[in-house]
Amino acid sequence: MSRFAMVIDTRRCVGCQDCVVACKTENSVPQGYCRDWIVEEVHGAFPTPHLEIRSERCNHCAEPPCVSCCPTGASHVHDFGGVVLVHHDLCIGCKACLAACPYDARFIHPDGYADKCTFCIHRVAKGLDPACVSVCPTHCMHFGDLDDPTSEVSRLLASRTHHTLLPEAGTQPRVFYLT
Amino acid sequence: MIELTTTRHNPLIDPSLHVWEWQIPVYLFLGGLVAGLMIIAGIRLIVLRPSRREALVCCTIGPLLGLAALSLGMFALFLDLAHKLHVWRLYTTFEPTSPMSWGSWILLLVYPALLANALAHLPEAIPALARRFPVLVAISDFILARLRLVLAIGFANVALGVALGIYTGILLGALGARPLWNSALLGPLFLFSGLSAAAALLHGILVLSAPDEERPAFADFLLSSLARVSGARPLDPNAGPVLAGADNSFLTIELALLGLFLLGHLTSTAVHRQAAGLLLTGPYAAPFWVFVVGLGILIPLLLQTLELTHRIRHTLAPAVLVLFGGIALRVILVAAGQESHWFHALN
Repeated sequence: MSRFAMVIDTRRCVGCQDCVVACKTENSVPQGYCRDWIVEEVHGAFPTPHLEIRSERCNHCAEPPCVSCCPTGASHVHDFGGVVLVHHDLCIGCKACLAACPYDARFIHPDGYADKCTFCIHRVAKGLDPACVSVCPTHCMHFGDLDDPTSEVSRLLASRTHHTLLPEAGTQPRVFYLT
Repeated sequence: MIELTTTRHNPLIDPSLHVWEWQIPVYLFLGGLVAGLMIIAGIRLIVLRPSRREALVCCTIGPLLGLAALSLGMFALFLDLAHKLHVWRLYTTFEPTSPMSWGSWILLLVYPALLANALAHLPEAIPALARRFPVLVAISDFILARLRLVLAIGFANVALGVALGIYTGILLGALGARPLWNSALLGPLFLFSGLSAAAALLHGILVLSAPDEERPAFADFLLSSLARVSGARPLDPNAGPVLAGADNSFLTIELALLGLFLLGHLTSTAVHRQAAGLLLTGPYAAPFWVFVVGLGILIPLLLQTLELTHRIRHTLAPAVLVLFGGIALRVILVAAGQESHWFHALN
């Protein structure tokens, strides 16, 4: 059993949005929508403000509220890597999953179904990295299996301080940010 | 200070979530109203088992209105779906962790329960219809001749009504990502709001059907024409004070639950306090206090108290205000809830 995760080094990310463009191209994301995006978070005050640039997307949570609230089973946890996916044919577009996601990571595709990041599972199944990871010019994004202690993501999480988004929401995100 | 800048600009999501518009509040209101009508009809059927005319407004007109309201509500829900042609997928599975899945199956059971309740006394309420369709008399006789069946229909209406009313609140309450909705009290709050709306509606119908010398001539003409066309019997006005009294009890409980709901948020985490602030001092404060608490609960409570103590005549005003307040409660809670967010509390 594998548990896919993404680790993003916020000390290397420059917010160039290559990951956003790569995702839109790879997954034919409709114009005006995005499956991943850049957030700049500034906290503190002059003269010691701190800036963190993050590439954000669906966190593929271990406890995904979008899956438990889905009335048709369209939102589900895939056996391959525990990735959270949506069966487009089962989705009725009720938008409960959009309201249930504390990260607002989902949107309604113009064709009527809930859409979001898939960790490019079609690429991962072929042994490739997700599109966003593969194009990152600063190599700040890493993808791998948390259950494999020798994987790059496991080693990075073991050796670097990191955080997830809204851990207090109890969703156990699988996108980690190195600080 | 924390400042967030994002490049995300997804429709319906940014700058703040607004995925549900008028359709969902209307569905939640009509669902609550139907729940209230079912509970009142079920209790009347259990208490007044013999076929008596007093039961008519609750046991026949209520369930018939409930069937219409439920259909309208489900149509509003259907309009909200983004993938409308796939709506049948709701009934190909049962997802025990999804309140919406529970609700869709409950709604399927509500129809036959409401219909059975309406059919039990239909020939007495609308004799003209029964004369045209004798099968209605046969069905009514069949139900009323069997005490156990009458009790089963009554209890089914009460149980399904409670489930439906609570479900409309839990549907929102289960979405932990929106701090304002994140309270189990939304279930009983929407249930009692639905009960008060149902009692007010039935009370309003009784007020309308009672003879009134001060009513404008055209209104009298319209009502008498409606009664003549439908062949309906005049309703018993004695049920009016009972319904007004019950409505006052429901409104009082609703007010208490609303207070507890806000208290629960104010004594919780920063995100919950900030969410409650949307209703208490934020952009939704004015409509919340004026339309929900003032016009929707306090004024009808006062008017119905004056009616029950015979200081003023029974009028349509409390019914209209309670129904309006019920819709306003859902509209404001759905809109404010979508605006409440974990991230916003960081600032």
